[in-house]
Amino acid sequence: MKRSLASLLAAATLIALPAAALAQSTVDEIAKYRQQLQDGNPAELWEARGEDLWKQKRGPKNVSLEGCDLGKGPGVVKGAYAELPRYFADADRVMDLETRLVHCMVTQQGFSFADATRRPFGNGSSRSEFEALAAWITSESKGVKMNVRLGHPKEREAYQIGEKIFYFRGGPHDFACATCHGETGKRIRLQDLPNLTDKAGAQLAYTTWPAYRVSQGEVRSFEWRLYDCFRQQRFPELKFTSEAAIALTTFLARNANGAEFNAPAIKR
Amino acid sequence: MADPMRIRVTEKDGLVTVRVLMSHEMETGLRKDTSGNVVPAHFIRTVTATCQGRVVLSAQWGTAVSKNPFLEFSFKGGKKGDKVVITWEDNKGDRRADEAVIS
Amino acid sequence: MSPRAALSAALLGALVAAGCATMSDEEASRRALEVMKASFAERGQAKLDRLDQDETQRLCSIPPGSALPKDVAGKLEKENLASIVYPADGKLLGDWKAGERVAQSGVGKQFSDDPKQPSGANCYACHQLSKQEISFGTIGPSLYQYGKLRGASAGIQRYTYGKIYNSNAFTACSNMPRFGHKGILTEQQMKDLTALLLDPESPVNK
Repeated sequence: MKRSLASLLAAATLIALPAAALAQSTVDEIAKYRQQLQDGNPAELWEARGEDLWKQKRGPKNVSLEGCDLGKGPGVVKGAYAELPRYFADADRVMDLETRLVHCMVTQQGFSFADATRRPFGNGSSRSEFEALAAWITSESKGVKMNVRLGHPKEREAYQIGEKIFYFRGGPHDFACATCHGETGKRIRLQDLPNLTDKAGAQLAYTTWPAYRVSQGEVRSFEWRLYDCFRQQRFPELKFTSEAAIALTTFLARNANGAEFNAPAIKR
Repeated sequence: MADPMRIRVTEKDGLVTVRVLMSHEMETGLRKDTSGNVVPAHFIRTVTATCQGRVVLSAQWGTAVSKNPFLEFSFKGGKKGDKVVITWEDNKGDRRADEAVIS
Repeated sequence: MSPRAALSAALLGALVAAGCATMSDEEASRRALEVMKASFAERGQAKLDRLDQDETQRLCSIPPGSALPKDVAGKLEKENLASIVYPADGKLLGDWKAGERVAQSGVGKQFSDDPKQPSGANCYACHQLSKQEISFGTIGPSLYQYGKLRGASAGIQRYTYGKIYNSNAFTACSNMPRFGHKGILTEQQMKDLTALLLDPESPVNK
């Protein structure tokens, strides 16, 4: 009699668990599941493809990307992503990874801008070279501390503009990046939101992109993340390798300085 | 011809651990595309692993296995330097075999 | 110095201290707007005019931690309050069952959405509402037992409908979209949401 009463009480306590606590334990379980997914990250398949694309002779000039300077010298890939975006004297502008790759595809491989940027993001039936290249190039910065410098006036300008864009309220929903990413400890539905105005939040978020997005079945780059954020903010389409993409990336990457880069990661 | 598998095989204290990442759509045949047409089923049916020609794993997969599957398993009786071959065959009759050496 | 300029100067000061500033705050805002307009392309229903800010958006493009000066905030709230259009038939309560569907739906106004389909309010993205739905966000306060705690007097109905229509009428620079003022939801949808929050039979109040 006593035992069944005790188990009844225990059962009642379980049922009485408040909805908020139940939601939090669900979020924790999802985090555990994501941790378990780290091994066997399909991003490795993109990394293999990316490395091949870097070394393959392509384009009208039939040249590989091995002469491309990502900021640490021609052909130097190790640690390059942790220092991007940065100012490039040969183009006289600040560039993020994708913009720099397009520059090399055009100037070294002979592609036209239109041909080089035909497919920025894959969609299941057709793949993007940029996602494969980003997967491999960023994997070569794994473990390297983020080190985006603002030594050049144009780099400082990009940072300032990126910050302004971050707070820009617009569209029918009045959304800015800050609407979701301006406070600590918030989540949208059950997806935790990093506070990108806070050092810890910016570090955690920026060092885990690109990522294999399970729901997309693709490796997604940081430019994709910005493009898709703006879509959900009800803005028009963010252009690939646009000034806004570069400025925002400069702002967010710089805010992540000091943290160890840890991508390609795996996300839902 | 599908993308190559990424295979890592290590041996420790007599136990060989195999980790394989396969590139495959694993389409269930239940999804519809944006035009409303059913996306045809395309999934791995069988997976076989051998070590020095001896079968160490034989699996029958179906539509519950997700896209770009990751497989991890262990077996005894392999030593460093042995060749492990992983083979899959899907419902369309496509096959893919890749090998790795136990390190 | 205007209140807004004082705020900008403070932000600029922080940037200069960090050794990061090149442009004045006003110039940075101007350049950012130029960059925005050049960096987006219209797609689907999302035209470039979506980058044109109204007064509320322009003044509220500030860090969440900072607040507008009291008089500026007050003026903004008054202007937004004046924009609220209440239903002509005077009935503010619709069908809570339809309201729950509107609250659950997150589509509408994106360039990937079909403009012929109704928009949702996506309430659960930011708020807890019914007890049963555990997949809720925390950007906004919990609305669980909203009606139970307040009752459904005419005044409460008017406030609730008004808040959904234009959140900035009551909180300048609110994170919450202005569903009526911006034409996101129809009058009927907003009535249904008001019912979801206030009807004693609604799961929100159980």
